[in-house]
Amino acid sequence: MTGSRPLPADPPPTERPPDFGSFIRERHRTVGTVVQPRMGFSDPATMRAGLLATKAAAAATAGTLTVDSYTRVGDLRAVAEALTAGIGLNGYPIAHHDAAITREVLTGVQSESFAVQVRHGSAAPFDIVTSLLAAGLSATEGGPVSYCLPYGRTPLAESVRNWEASCRLLAHSGETGVRPHLETFGGCMLGQLCPPSLLVAISVLEALFFRQHGLHSISVSYAQQPSLEQNREAIAALRRLCGRFLPDVEWHVVLYTYMGVYPTTANGAYRLLAEAAVLAASTRTERLIVKTVAESSRIPTIEENVAALEYAAAVTGRWARDRSARDEPKDAMAPGSGDSQTYLEALRLIEAVRELDDDLGKALTRAFRFGYLDVPYCLHPDNQGRCRSYLDDSGSIRWADIGSLPLGGIVESSDARQVGSAELLGALSYVRRVYDGDAIAGRTGSAGDPTAAHLPAMPRCASGGLPGQPIGS
Amino acid sequence: MSAARDARTVLIAGPASDAHTWNLIYLQLLVEELGHPTVNLGPCVPDEAIVEACLLYRPRLLVLSSVNGHGHQDGIRLITRIRATADLAALPVVIGGKLGISGADTDHADHLRDAGFDAVYPDSPDAVTDFCRFIASLSERVVS
Repeated sequence: MTGSRPLPADPPPTERPPDFGSFIRERHRTVGTVVQPRMGFSDPATMRAGLLATKAAAAATAGTLTVDSYTRVGDLRAVAEALTAGIGLNGYPIAHHDAAITREVLTGVQSESFAVQVRHGSAAPFDIVTSLLAAGLSATEGGPVSYCLPYGRTPLAESVRNWEASCRLLAHSGETGVRPHLETFGGCMLGQLCPPSLLVAISVLEALFFRQHGLHSISVSYAQQPSLEQNREAIAALRRLCGRFLPDVEWHVVLYTYMGVYPTTANGAYRLLAEAAVLAASTRTERLIVKTVAESSRIPTIEENVAALEYAAAVTGRWARDRSARDEPKDAMAPGSGDSQTYLEALRLIEAVRELDDDLGKALTRAFRFGYLDVPYCLHPDNQGRCRSYLDDSGSIRWADIGSLPLGGIVESSDARQVGSAELLGALSYVRRVYDGDAIAGRTGSAGDPTAAHLPAMPRCASGGLPGQPIGS
Repeated sequence: MSAARDARTVLIAGPASDAHTWNLIYLQLLVEELGHPTVNLGPCVPDEAIVEACLLYRPRLLVLSSVNGHGHQDGIRLITRIRATADLAALPVVIGGKLGISGADTDHADHLRDAGFDAVYPDSPDAVTDFCRFIASLSERVVS
């Protein structure tokens, strides 16, 4: 069960773990955007080494303990079988290991100066939340919609009940311990080709759901999409809507580096990460989840994660210094508060769902039944699947068909388009093509962002190969 | 998607632990363009649900796609169960994607074929072409 590397025999006493939400906000205020990996290993000693390396990285970091996908779907028998057979899991099996083992993993890691979050992806997270609390952790992420619809066949109503119970368990822990923190995953929804307004709306609705079940420290997510303009609109809309709908919550924004088909070249991967870092810095985004050069082919190593963290921090640091040199006021690059298309659509979706029921869980379930929320291309039985989206020539995600979404009068109705496999593949690989293409052509300009013209040199040999060479080949 | 009991139907699914969707949507469109109606069960389908769907739809082919690194373990467990089901012993079943967590899938492919898959398509530039060729060969074979 303990794997190859020995754990310290006599660990020092555990420091009091920090309040994740306050930690991030304070770090952001004093240092800048906090960067965080998506790291998870099945072996406790490797997991510990990864967390220590994250903590020691030359960047303002937060730690991640990502759970494996058997634990995510509640198949603890498959976890045990894999570990017995010596097969590597794709994350840390937190509900399999005794809490004492996870505490040892965290000893000397979690402290006043370093916060750790558990990332999982479960529509039935009660056991995971129980395990993380038992191990002295207090921050995690997900949501009743975002960890249900894209990832399986659990009925939405069941996911809502599971998340209600898990939220209450987490909230209750704050009465005696550290204030718990919960992040919405609603800003991702299949990672790509979901119109940003729907991402923003689901993220805010999940935050409202968390608030209704007792959470007061919440982060709202948004996943980087191909269009810089849409990204900036979306983050501005998130801030404005949280200010309006979550007045008694301490919240912050977390940006996910592109979650779709990732570039295969080291140059392309780092350029895309740099875009995310500049986007985060220029929108005052408090936290950024990074991706690595290995993303397109396999689970990244500790070293690749650290290289990505340090590179993203170097980019945000460079951006802040350049801004000072230009003598720009702090918010000069911050998005305005105007009624952007993304804001108007997200507001309409949120209001339409809230009108369905005072209970957010019931409102969300009914919203999907009526098609007031409908995620393009999502195959879940509770998703109507009448909406379609497409990528326009500028890389913006547009509605091809709004189905029953209450967006009449806001979205211009275009003719329903049939999207074939080649067009879908083209749209899915758009970002990979643009960034790998830039890398291969040796271009230095960015795909649409003038502020990214002078980026720090990317780490050499971070993937064990030369920059620009395809990895995993 | 509503193609129950059509003899040309291809059933598509992601194994129990795999939450990825785009691979399944792409395969659905591709297979439909090759002239087969599809039933797409989506991601994270439990083994018993896949077996039940095979018995219900009696598909021409079952396509499993996995990209989370657990495809090798999930695939062997599932194909063993399918081959042990009397009516499904001869059902054409293929699997493809990123089948292990290390990125090198050669051993995995051999194990999966030995366990009962008719074809295995590890992530490679030729995977889609090879898969399309397999689909084309289906219509040439006599329906059993």
